[in-house]
Amino acid sequence: MLVRFWGTRGSLPTPLNAVAVREKIRRALKASVGQDLSTAERIEQFMDEKLEFAVAGAFGGNTSCVEIDGGGKQHILCDMGSGGREFGNAVMAQKYPHKDNVFNIFQSHPHWDHIMGFPFFVPAYIPGNKVIIYGCHDYLEEAYRRQHAEPGFPVPWAALAADIEFVALEPGKEYVVDGVTVRALKQYHSGDSYGYRFEKGGKSVVYSTDCEHKFESINPDYPFVDFLRGADLVIFDAMYSLADSISIKEDWGHSSNIIGVELAQMAGSKHLCMYHHEPNYDDAMISRILAETIRYEELSEEGESLHVSSAYDGREIVL
Amino acid sequence: MEITESQFGDAVLLMPVGRVDQSTAPAFQSAMLEVVGKRGAVVVVDFSNIPYISSVGLRALMIAAKQGKVAKVPLAVVGLTSEVNEVFEISRFNFVVDIFDTVEAALTALSSDAASAYAAR
Repeated sequence: MLVRFWGTRGSLPTPLNAVAVREKIRRALKASVGQDLSTAERIEQFMDEKLEFAVAGAFGGNTSCVEIDGGGKQHILCDMGSGGREFGNAVMAQKYPHKDNVFNIFQSHPHWDHIMGFPFFVPAYIPGNKVIIYGCHDYLEEAYRRQHAEPGFPVPWAALAADIEFVALEPGKEYVVDGVTVRALKQYHSGDSYGYRFEKGGKSVVYSTDCEHKFESINPDYPFVDFLRGADLVIFDAMYSLADSISIKEDWGHSSNIIGVELAQMAGSKHLCMYHHEPNYDDAMISRILAETIRYEELSEEGESLHVSSAYDGREIVL
Repeated sequence: MEITESQFGDAVLLMPVGRVDQSTAPAFQSAMLEVVGKRGAVVVVDFSNIPYISSVGLRALMIAAKQGKVAKVPLAVVGLTSEVNEVFEISRFNFVVDIFDTVEAALTALSSDAASAYAAR
């Protein structure tokens, strides 16, 4: 399986501004002093080896959208945040002769930042395409349709020329979509959210965003631990610090890097990828949190080592 | 979990020994709640013998600190080992709990009566 991140930011789109870009350039130029940048290859090498990601790249500003590519003919997505617009544009820009343009969207929940990309998802306007939106909320269709109405948005739902279908899922039940097995788990979040575990060919990825883990629940018998059991990749809502998540932001429905490490260790997962980044954090802060989380994993590790990373828009992970 | 308790003036000094994790956090929390607002006007927890604290231990600390705030009983931690200090910083608990290097420093800041009693021990 291949996982592509189209949107990794929490709550609302967070674009880079000119000040942030200028700061990256300033730091890159400073680091380039004395370096041999005489060829294109050497420039690439310098960027890869000498510049940290927060300078040479960016975690990105689109809201939740992750593609699960199981190698089938159809497309599988988790959520339709603003990253869904870029995914749709990529589909429109390329020819996919092996694809039938069937889009399977697994919806964690219908909060705005997780559906806001759909009005700008161009394939939904193309006749012949099919869009199937899966979820466990009985008001999912209403939430999607409500976006396509005045005064919030001028294009009515009827203008979407693709064949659009909503499919209700039962948490805990296994479904097979385009050769990928998927099951949902209910999570603690305002109005509930659902995580999804995808499996194919002996590989597994868990998509778990907008989920708060209450301390009373965290133990080896916690159903979420079984949900993560042995997963090759866990995409995990690590929006807050632990201190914030159990004090001023308690019951805001999100989790922390520390809880992510502890749950993934408890479940014997292989790779924890932090996701749903706090929109108030810049790239330097997200990089710092990543370094700290890797260190916490070292400090807390008792068994197999857990790989820790951060998601960013445009990232691909091969399983 | 072994936790020794000493009284210095109006302050109670708790000294837990060992890791604070899923298995020991309940005892750690009970020991703190037992003294916060009941037997001490100031509570100091000496972390010198704690090699590691997990999230559930930090939560216990926050519960005790919150209860102390309600009861107007300041709670401070001292003597963090290098690794535990890292965990406080990574979790941002260094922003929500009062941390001092030593028992003397904490008592001097929080209670002159307790500081004198500690100096005369």
